[in-house]
Amino acid sequence: MNINIPAHLLEQIQAHGENAYPYEGAGLILGKDEEGKRTVENLLFLENAREEKNQHNRYLITAEDMLQGEKEAARQNASILGIFHSHPDHPNLPSEYDREFAIPWYSYLITSVNSAKASGSRCWRLEDNRESFSEEIIQVIPNK
Amino acid sequence: MPTLKIPTPLRPYAEGQSALTLPGQVVEEVLEGAVETYPLLKKHLFNDEGKLRPYVNLFLGEDNVNQLEGLKTPLSAEDTLLIIPSIAGG
Repeated sequence: MNINIPAHLLEQIQAHGENAYPYEGAGLILGKDEEGKRTVENLLFLENAREEKNQHNRYLITAEDMLQGEKEAARQNASILGIFHSHPDHPNLPSEYDREFAIPWYSYLITSVNSAKASGSRCWRLEDNRESFSEEIIQVIPNK
Repeated sequence: MPTLKIPTPLRPYAEGQSALTLPGQVVEEVLEGAVETYPLLKKHLFNDEGKLRPYVNLFLGEDNVNQLEGLKTPLSAEDTLLIIPSIAGG
């Protein structure tokens, strides 16, 4: 499993995580899934809807934001491929909380942000049995 | 009959369909029809206690049915019900 992402979009995701520090930042990944080949085309940066006291280790994208995201994706002839979020001062591995609330098929791109500096991103997909994640390899498309 | 729109992540559990036409007078009956017809959907819509998973939201047009009458919200034959996930993590 791979996900192809232009370098400038990955840079934007990482910058978003740095700007959100020490809180978690999140947003939607838009693009195309063509017979399993995923390519990121655009991003939607969203407010973390969690109450502020929990934003350091939790994020929430409301159903209302997802509804708007679906409409925007349709307008761009794309799909919501997944969600990006940051882990301030934690590894870019899915947490148990991530697993509990995850939805299969979506790509979950997690960026570790240590002391306000992004230190790497990895991407994950929930297995159908909901018990674990598998890594989706990030293929970066170089900037032209 | 009302239409139930299936979001992209759940389509693999509904034989790839993006919309289902199902009998039902209220939201709950349409959902029950969906999981009876496509049992693989059940695990992703309901938890082990038979309650809707916290990320499952249902919209009638722009309105979240939680702001209407919840699972008892009445539906007409022309209505389209959307499943919209909310996304949480940590």
